[in-house]
Amino acid sequence: MNIINIEHIAKIYTVGSEEVHALADVSLRIDKNEYVAIMGPSGSGKSTLMNMLGCLDTPTSGLYLFKDNNVSEMNDNDLARIRNKEIGFVFQTFNLLARSSALHNVELPLIYAGIPSEERKERATQALLSVGLGDRMHHRPNELSGGQRQRVAIARALVTKPAIILADEPTGNLDTKTGEDIMGLFAHLHDQGNTIILVTHEEYIAEHAKRIIRIRDGYIERDEFVTNRIIPKTKISVN
Amino acid sequence: MKELSFELKEGLIISFNALKANKVRSLLTTLGIIIGVTSVVLMSTAVKGIDEAFQTGVSALGSDNMYITKWSWFDNDVPWWEMRNRPEVIMDEYDQYKRMAKLPLATAPSAASQQTIKFGDSKIEGVTITGVTSDYIKTTNFTFAEGRFISETESDGARMVVVIGSEIAKQLFPNGGAMNKIIKIKSNKYKIIGVLDELGSWVMGDMNPDNQVFIPLDCVFKYYQNARGSITINIRAANSQQITIVKEEAQSIMRRIRGLRYDERDNFGINQQEGLLNEIDSTIGVVQIAGYVITGLALFVGAIGIMNIMFVSVKERTKEIGIRKAIGAKSVTILRQFIMEALILCLLGGLVGLLFAVILSMIIEKMDFPVSLQYDAFVLALLISLITGILSGFAPAYSAAKMDPVEALRYE
Ligand SMILES: Nc1ncnc2c1ncn2[C@@H]1O[C@H](COP(=O)(O)OP(=O)(O)O)[C@@H](O)[C@H]1O
Ligand SMILES: [Mg+2]
Repeated sequence: MNIINIEHIAKIYTVGSEEVHALADVSLRIDKNEYVAIMGPSGSGKSTLMNMLGCLDTPTSGLYLFKDNNVSEMNDNDLARIRNKEIGFVFQTFNLLARSSALHNVELPLIYAGIPSEERKERATQALLSVGLGDRMHHRPNELSGGQRQRVAIARALVTKPAIILADEPTGNLDTKTGEDIMGLFAHLHDQGNTIILVTHEEYIAEHAKRIIRIRDGYIERDEFVTNRIIPKTKISVN
Repeated sequence: MKELSFELKEGLIISFNALKANKVRSLLTTLGIIIGVTSVVLMSTAVKGIDEAFQTGVSALGSDNMYITKWSWFDNDVPWWEMRNRPEVIMDEYDQYKRMAKLPLATAPSAASQQTIKFGDSKIEGVTITGVTSDYIKTTNFTFAEGRFISETESDGARMVVVIGSEIAKQLFPNGGAMNKIIKIKSNKYKIIGVLDELGSWVMGDMNPDNQVFIPLDCVFKYYQNARGSITINIRAANSQQITIVKEEAQSIMRRIRGLRYDERDNFGINQQEGLLNEIDSTIGVVQIAGYVITGLALFVGAIGIMNIMFVSVKERTKEIGIRKAIGAKSVTILRQFIMEALILCLLGGLVGLLFAVILSMIIEKMDFPVSLQYDAFVLALLISLITGILSGFAPAYSAAKMDPVEALRYE
């Protein structure tokens, strides 16, 4: 079943009198439990595409069906609801709330989903355990390392059991070793049945996925399955 | 519904965290609200207090009373030098008036003088000594803590007896036991035969019976009065409907006694509490206007301050807004969150203002100024801070709510 189905999507930014075609004409489908990397050089339109897929932004033209619902026709509230329930974002800069504990950060999507406090705590705790942060739940982001922060962000993305996890350069701010750990975590999440879309400009990171979509100047250049997929050595220990 | 309550709780947490993170800034911002609420509560308290004090005052003196005197209390049409040149009202005129007047419930002459009174080492200066006849009490609502009023024999015989007001009693005899003691007025000795209940209030000034002593009228004439024989004629009407005709009768009798021609002005004043009422109303009016102006200005400044700080807060937290939107916060959620923050800021300001007002009104009360803290003042204070919060929070909150999530997330 297609989770994502986009046809002839374009996104045009107008800067002064100049038009920037961040996305020129993109069509693609992504199925349940896929592990896709969106690859391309800086400025090629990766983030724009990811924001579109994550319903943070709407296309200038084209059709976007999310689970057969027409996103192009949705209003702000519907988009917020989809972001809340169906999509888990992981960002390069983690984007955690600085003043809140790890637990509260992970609880946040559940608050907006209207989940009662007890269930919220339970599920957030579970999510933090599943990324190996059971002992850091009451720490604030500034008391955590980069890798730990990214794991909190991943727990936050997971906690609503979304249809897809969207990660934009998730290892971009991490050292190689920590980046490898995070890729291990994604591999594990994929094994568990999650659908993962990864944005990166690094060939090596992209090769962890099962499918690579290469984009350049707002067009899809190539879309192929990975033959020699990298399986990370370090997998997160999960109990 | 469920979502809303969680969301509001989250909003509360966020707001308090934000306030905690910017304590000084928050305090400075709410200063306007604090001042505004303090002044509105103090004003309504003072107005209420003055009003209540006046009501007790009037009822102590009797609201259906009038007073014929040389001076008109509240007449601005007659210039003061003309009043000064009027003849004194004298006992002979009182006797004639009493004979002719048919309508009053009671009449009595009185004469006042300011003197120093002493008991042992205690001394009070500038006390109003009112000389009265036994009839005087019929023109008042006096009640007694102890003893009785001056009798006919005592007033006719100018006996050295005195009835003292409650405040005088308190000052000279803090431990009680005033009855039958001998006090000195100027250099003459008087026996205390009665102590009045607490009757009057601050607003009445010299007319407050609490701060007066009463002695036989002839004693005042004999020992204290400079303007020889000058009296006040105290008149009481049976009820408020009678006031006008009693007054008209008094005016025509006095004109007859004085032999005034039809084209001559009254050369006496017939005064009523009503005059005092107008005076009090204008006092209250000034307090109210001052209060409203201060309140309005303070709240306006406060609201602008809060709006400004909220805009700063929204700007500072652009990234946070982006994050919240990315994980599913709706625009209204963000809107409510920031309005709530402004609201809490204002409510805190309002509560602090209320606290100030309560403390200040307690201090003022200690200084014997009438205050009366009202429940409506509390409600008013909270309502005002609530409305200010919503009004000043809306624009910043709206700018936060309509932020584009992608732009917001990119903000550094
Ligand atoms: N808000 C915007 N306004 C104007 N141009 C933009 C905006 N966002 C992105 N772009 C432009 O669109 C192109 C694609 O950007 P982006 O999707 O961020 O690329 P990538 O993530 O692949 O580096 C770039 O040329 C960028 O400058
Ligand atoms: Mg990018």
